[in-house]
Amino acid sequence: MGIESALGEGYLTTKIDALTNWARANAAWPMPMGLACCAIEMMAFAGPRYDVSRFGSEVFRFSPRQSDVMIVAGWTTYKMSHAIRRIWDQMPDPKWCIAMGACASTGGMHRCYGVVQGVDNFLPVDAYISGCPPRPDAVIHALMKIQDKIKNEHSVLLDT
Amino acid sequence: MSLELTESVQKLVDGLTESYSEKLIEVYNASGHTYIRVEADALLDIVKFAKEEYHFIFLSDIIGVDRYTSEERFEVLYNILNLRTQDRIFLKVRVPEEEPVLESLFSVYRSANWLEREVYDMFGIRFNNHPDPRRVYMPDDFQYFPLRKEFPLLGIPGSIELPNTTPDTE
Ligand code: SF4
Repeated sequence: MGIESALGEGYLTTKIDALTNWARANAAWPMPMGLACCAIEMMAFAGPRYDVSRFGSEVFRFSPRQSDVMIVAGWTTYKMSHAIRRIWDQMPDPKWCIAMGACASTGGMHRCYGVVQGVDNFLPVDAYISGCPPRPDAVIHALMKIQDKIKNEHSVLLDT
Repeated sequence: MSLELTESVQKLVDGLTESYSEKLIEVYNASGHTYIRVEADALLDIVKFAKEEYHFIFLSDIIGVDRYTSEERFEVLYNILNLRTQDRIFLKVRVPEEEPVLESLFSVYRSANWLEREVYDMFGIRFNNHPDPRRVYMPDDFQYFPLRKEFPLLGIPGSIELPNTTPDTE
């Protein structure tokens, strides 16, 4: 089932940027950062009902070395933030970040001394998902937004 | 209000009245539970007595209370159970604000270890002879005690460090 069978003897011409972005966008492997209740919805997002396999993102890597998208699901304490940031730093570039749910985005109802009021205090977040918890389809929506973002990036050539 | 005590609690109260009458401050019922307030310096002896003579062998919880602006600002409740009769009592002691120190119950109940650490972490009440007096929830170098009433709900800005967000550049 290689690409040869579809193209026969023909050619395919494209920009290397477009090809790389197409590949990246359709294989955005998530790094699950399940910290609280939202993590359960994040699991459903990878499960058969919502089936994020369709987007090439069902491969939850528990190793930061092989992941592209970090999904921070749940409230983050100051103590935990250091572990999260370390994992983020271990992920290879290019990488993207989803703040899933009210807590990860803003601290949510955990308006207290121990919880970081939004993970964007220490992570560069690409997509925020509202809700408490957000439905798995909202997570898929965020993933699609990130796919759009990837597709519009210059990944190889720099336009200096 | 007359006290309605179960048989084993009644026995304990009688025993305490006999042996520690000058250390007992009050005994009362509230919300279906029995509270016994005692002098802080006799706490360890009383707890040992309750455990050995009256089978209150299970320390289920230790609760700190901040009675802000009252005299003897802090109160600590020890929730202990008699596992034969399932009777539960709360022993209470008060400690002053300037010198909030109590004896550790670790020598009597092993579960006191984490419970006392938690009370220390949140209220800053110290426990003498505790085997491992570190904080539980807050970072080790944190200087405040979050459940004290004067501590702001959102914490003190900058008192806990966030990770460094400037990656090392080559
Ligand atoms: S947003 Fe709601 S569901 Fe998600 S971690 Fe916070 S409290 Fe839990």
